[in-house]
Amino acid sequence: MIEIKNISKWYGAFKVLTGCSTKVDKGEVVVVCGPSGSGKSTLIKCVNGLEPFQEGEILVRGVAVGAASTDLPKLRSKIGMVFQNFELFPHMNVTDNISLGQIKVLERSKEEAVDRALALLKRVGLQEHALKYPGQLSGGQQQRVAIARALAMDPIAMLFDEPTSALDPEMINEVLDVMVELATEGMTMMVVTHEMGFARKVAHRVIFMDKGEIVEDAKKEDFFGQPRSDRAQQFLSKILHH
Amino acid sequence: MDFSVFIQPAFSGGGIYLDWVLSGIKWTLWVSILAWVIAFTVGSVLGILRTTQLAVLRVPATVYVEIFRNVPLLVQMFIWYFVLPEIVPRGVGDWMKTKMPMPEFWNAVLCLGFYTASRVAEQVRSGIQSIPAGQTYAGLAMGLTRPQVYRHVLLPMGYRIIIPPLTSEFLTIFKNSSVALTIGVLELTAQARQISEYTFRTFEAFTVATVVYLLITLTVTVAMRSLEKKLRVPGYIGSAGK
Amino acid sequence: MFSGFDFDVIARAQPYLWQGMLFSLGLTLLSMLGGIFLGTLLALMRLSDHKALNIPAGSYVNLLRSMPLILVIFWFYFLVPIAIKKLTGDAYAQGIGPFYSALIAFTMFEAAYYCEIIRAGIQSVPRGQVHAAYALGLTYGQAMTRVVLPQAFRNMVPILLTQGIILFQDTSLVYVVGLTDFMGAASKVAQRDGRLVEMYMFAALIYFLFCFSASYFVRRMQVRYSVSS
Repeated sequence: MIEIKNISKWYGAFKVLTGCSTKVDKGEVVVVCGPSGSGKSTLIKCVNGLEPFQEGEILVRGVAVGAASTDLPKLRSKIGMVFQNFELFPHMNVTDNISLGQIKVLERSKEEAVDRALALLKRVGLQEHALKYPGQLSGGQQQRVAIARALAMDPIAMLFDEPTSALDPEMINEVLDVMVELATEGMTMMVVTHEMGFARKVAHRVIFMDKGEIVEDAKKEDFFGQPRSDRAQQFLSKILHH
Repeated sequence: MDFSVFIQPAFSGGGIYLDWVLSGIKWTLWVSILAWVIAFTVGSVLGILRTTQLAVLRVPATVYVEIFRNVPLLVQMFIWYFVLPEIVPRGVGDWMKTKMPMPEFWNAVLCLGFYTASRVAEQVRSGIQSIPAGQTYAGLAMGLTRPQVYRHVLLPMGYRIIIPPLTSEFLTIFKNSSVALTIGVLELTAQARQISEYTFRTFEAFTVATVVYLLITLTVTVAMRSLEKKLRVPGYIGSAGK
Repeated sequence: MFSGFDFDVIARAQPYLWQGMLFSLGLTLLSMLGGIFLGTLLALMRLSDHKALNIPAGSYVNLLRSMPLILVIFWFYFLVPIAIKKLTGDAYAQGIGPFYSALIAFTMFEAAYYCEIIRAGIQSVPRGQVHAAYALGLTYGQAMTRVVLPQAFRNMVPILLTQGIILFQDTSLVYVVGLTDFMGAASKVAQRDGRLVEMYMFAALIYFLFCFSASYFVRRMQVRYSVSS
């Protein structure tokens, strides 16, 4: 589904990503972890072309993300993305947030879009808040709306960029629960996160990044049982002792 | 101090001096409002162009802003009124000098409009640039094109953010309209000076002018405040998501 | 399109134009100093809790900021002589001359704008600083002059300078009372020699070069200031 081949990205002398290669198959859940500054957010933003890269290739269902001939908006409409800071549009209510992409990009009718929106709000447990504005919701509620907004586009894959890092601790679980449900339903997911409990539960593979490189890329059981690199071992020992 | 001077017959043109005041107010309002229409439309376009990534769009807008910002309004007035007819093609110049209706008025409107447009451009630019990059990413990630991101995400919030400084620019246009007296527009300040010259009631004449400007300021401020209230986004206090 | 224009007139008028420029610069500098001084006083008055201080200061600032500068220039130009006549009781007193009227007008006008800039600057200094100063036993005056104002001014310097550039442009308005600043000089030469196009374009060019370089310099300084603090 998603193939990342030898991606490198740099700003002048500073190399953000160096020779990163991996893939995510249909129905796979891949967790990307690592210390801050390791490039994991940048890598995931390269997948849907939000960040350009200088070297390498990324293919989404065979379509090259970096090619000049690719219709990026169309490609992006097929990949859902959830951001660390939720990024709901503050001047629209929750239903309009979820409907905007459907109407403007997928060209659905307003009625269809609103029906879908309400159904998705029900799915994430927020149907009573349909007419509220993002500023009136808690962080956890906003993030669940953001997930609904991404799902409204019927994506083939979902990218999550540290979805719970900006949340107060008591709200993390409500978001993770939604993500776990998505994973068990078979959604292809690439998740940048520190939440190792989530990884242990539903991830198929775990990727560890450090200083712009993919240091380890292993099946979940192997990663948690016997991480091969020192850096991964150090990182795990630091974050698993919460 | 004798305010009855205003109901005394005027030196010329029949009527009383109060008519001169009213005429001055009329010209002040017309010049200011028409100039604002130009300033807002042209300034918005320029401000948006200054935020784009294409240099071919951004650079001309920047050049415009720098030129119109760094030359005093008085000098610009003189150039519009005295210089422009001399440097345009012969036919246009002659029309401007002989057949153009109310040349002082229209030159004042155009001059003030294009001058203020450079200031509006700066406000619009800073409003758009104050929106966190994540909002743009979220819009693009959905599959919206860049123009769509401006239309649905950046401009709705950007304009709300800049209502206070835009109000200030609107008020400034009313004050700057007084510079039109240097090319012969008989706006309020000009009329006040005329009345003082004919009646020697300097204090009274300028007091009336001052009070009118105060009332204009008050009215605009109150009106803009209620507009801001109407457009307020529920729950929005700062950056979205936190 | 520029044929038939005589740009030599600019060279011949050099000394006269230069005098006008000195006038503009002098008026700008003096008004800036006066305006900042008065503006600081007004800012402190507006920030005080005593109604007897903050209401008059607030009213003054709001009044001056509602009026066009030309109107303020007229007020002082026409009425200062009358006020002096009344005060001295001498019906034939000469007044203080147009330059000083203009200087007072600009100082009073700019003070209102500087007041708002300085007030914002003072409020941007964290309250903790004031508390720390009082905790040490400093008086209000000492806390202001030794702790708050120095920090406030450091943050404000770029904005104060930018306001100064605006003031420099505004001095061109002394034209309305016949004073000969740079624009006035250019205008007089233009009308005397019939060379409107050349002189006004030249004036625009000079103002542009001055203001553009000055604001570029302020921007560079802003970058350096923000890095060091």
